[in-house]
Amino acid sequence: MAKQLLKGNEAFAEAAIRAGCEGFFGYPITPSTEFLEHMAKRMPELGRAFVQAESEVAAINMVYGAVCTGKRAMTASSSPGISLMMEGISYIAGTEVPAVIVNVMRGGPGLGNIAPSQGDYYQMVKGGGHGDYFPIVLAPASVQEAIDQIGLAFDLADKYRSVVHVIVDGNIGQMMEPAELPPMRPLPKDVPEWAVNGAKGRAARSLSSIYIDPKDEEVTNIRLVRRWMEIEKNEVRYTEYFLDDAEIAVIGFGTAGRVASSAINQAREEGIKVGLFRPITLAPFPKKQIEDLSKHVKSILVVEMNSGMMLDDIQSIVQGRVPVEFFGRMGGVTPFPDEILDEIRRVNTNEAVINGQVRAEWLDRLEKLIEEGK
Amino acid sequence: MMLAEKQTMDLIYQRPESLSDAITHYCPGCTHGIAHRLVAEVIDEMGLREKTIGVAPVGCSVFAYNYFNTDYVEAAHGRAPAMATGIKRVLPDRTVYTYQGDGDLASIGMAEIMHVAARGENITVIFINNAIYGMTGGQMAPTTLPGMRTTSSPNGRDVELSGYPIRMSEMLATMDGAGYIVRRSLHNPANIRKAKKAIRLAFETQEHGLGFSMVELLSSCPTNWKVTPNEALTFIADHMVPVFPLDDFKVHPAIANLKV
Ligand SMILES: Cc1ncc(C[n+]2csc(CCOP(=O)(O)OP(=O)(O)O)c2C)c(N)n1
Ligand code: SF4
Repeated sequence: MAKQLLKGNEAFAEAAIRAGCEGFFGYPITPSTEFLEHMAKRMPELGRAFVQAESEVAAINMVYGAVCTGKRAMTASSSPGISLMMEGISYIAGTEVPAVIVNVMRGGPGLGNIAPSQGDYYQMVKGGGHGDYFPIVLAPASVQEAIDQIGLAFDLADKYRSVVHVIVDGNIGQMMEPAELPPMRPLPKDVPEWAVNGAKGRAARSLSSIYIDPKDEEVTNIRLVRRWMEIEKNEVRYTEYFLDDAEIAVIGFGTAGRVASSAINQAREEGIKVGLFRPITLAPFPKKQIEDLSKHVKSILVVEMNSGMMLDDIQSIVQGRVPVEFFGRMGGVTPFPDEILDEIRRVNTNEAVINGQVRAEWLDRLEKLIEEGK
Repeated sequence: MMLAEKQTMDLIYQRPESLSDAITHYCPGCTHGIAHRLVAEVIDEMGLREKTIGVAPVGCSVFAYNYFNTDYVEAAHGRAPAMATGIKRVLPDRTVYTYQGDGDLASIGMAEIMHVAARGENITVIFINNAIYGMTGGQMAPTTLPGMRTTSSPNGRDVELSGYPIRMSEMLATMDGAGYIVRRSLHNPANIRKAKKAIRLAFETQEHGLGFSMVELLSSCPTNWKVTPNEALTFIADHMVPVFPLDDFKVHPAIANLKV
């Protein structure tokens, strides 16, 4: 199939259909609504299930019901909607059934705004719902990557009976970009051996997230942690750009990483030895790779569209081996390449210092930027 | 001689195949068990056991999936109708029903139950109205009667403070998507027989593709009402029925004429 000019959300929805999604349940919210609208059109055409639910609470519980039958099902929403879904996501995790959830993130907290943000990093990466569970989190940086990773998300969800979040910011959901859709995958004929679909010719089965005896719950928790360790071993994904001889490593995911790569191109032209490390799986996080990186570069610059959430994870991996600096925009503001270029120049010329004040110093610089009208 | 005697014995009463042989955790005198049995008998009689998927609530019947010998899932508190929707939409030829208490259905799950009916979702709901939160130890429910003492209305439900009981069947019967909405009671054998017929018609509504169906069952909670099982049954007849009248609120014409 050739490349076409595709709109993010619509392309992701079509990618989900082609990956064999048989049920979509959602509630409108900017900047993810085109996802639902595409599903509203396409799913009935294909004889598959589509429901515009009464709320995100209902939507995720419809997904929960649908995936319990062994079918591939999903929802897509944006930050406030994802908050409402957290109860259901925890139940899905506790029941060990596969589900794919797309979060097209917007500025917050609260109602915030509809502009692109990465402010849900903690909520998505660290769990978000109650109890001990570990979602897989994929963070594509382009329409094409998101298309590819939605297929991957369904495969990982099935393989590990896990919740898989695909998180993009509103930029990637809304932008039009040349990209190629995968061919339509045939629907599987086999039903997983755990699925609840009517006890025809077999013993009755049930699916639940309740383990009333703490001993049983603990055994379940152990199983979930072991499965997570397996995922950490097998499923770490990332890309590298100009890192071979880099003295400065920029680390950023999604749009922030992508904007940083433009800044890096320019910095390279200026002769600055800088490269990019872009995690694709935020969970499992590329810990080992970032640890190795910290042994080969002189400093690290973390770039995010939030208050430095991934920064905390990186600092705990780097453990002060090299200075870790931070630049971020918040509230729905996307950084420009020249802002990141200035940061790269600064890190390149100034001896970056480890003084534990990374966030405070960044805020000072950010406020100055805002005063300058940026 | 023993053998000959056995051969002439007629089996007239046994556990329905759709019930498992697990011992339930329900309190003595609780009518949850009766409701379970009626549902299981209907599923057996209609030959639906191997295509039925039940959705259990959060409440005293949280372990319903252990007591039925059909496929089952266990929903989050109040979300059973949403979960049932997800199942029914991807497996439209299966029989899907929820079993919910009044806290589950009429309080935390109010949005889900209203919309599942509005969509005319072709599922069945067995609604156990015992006017109290059983599982959490007897707090006020949206169906608690005015003046009724609960642990969270210790001086009796004061309608000035905490409003009036909600009549779910009456409300749901206004939905165009509903095919069968009735209220029955479990407080004596005659009413239990009527309840069973209603459950049958609710499942028939689903099997005939006539939209949303619900049977509300007035049910006892002797433990949290703090009365004996017998007094609990009298309480239903004397105090609950006047507030929650036993009636057919909506019956699809095709079901009204159905002989079962
Ligand atoms: C989100 C959430 N809130 C509260 C609870 C606690 N809880 C469990 S059961 C229940 C009430 C159940 O009452 P009802 O639905 O009337 O069923 P019954 O126990 O009377 O059969 C509550 C409040 C919960 N499990 N989940
Ligand atoms: S607490 Fe009430 S509703 Fe629950 S099992 Fe006991 S009697 Fe039944």
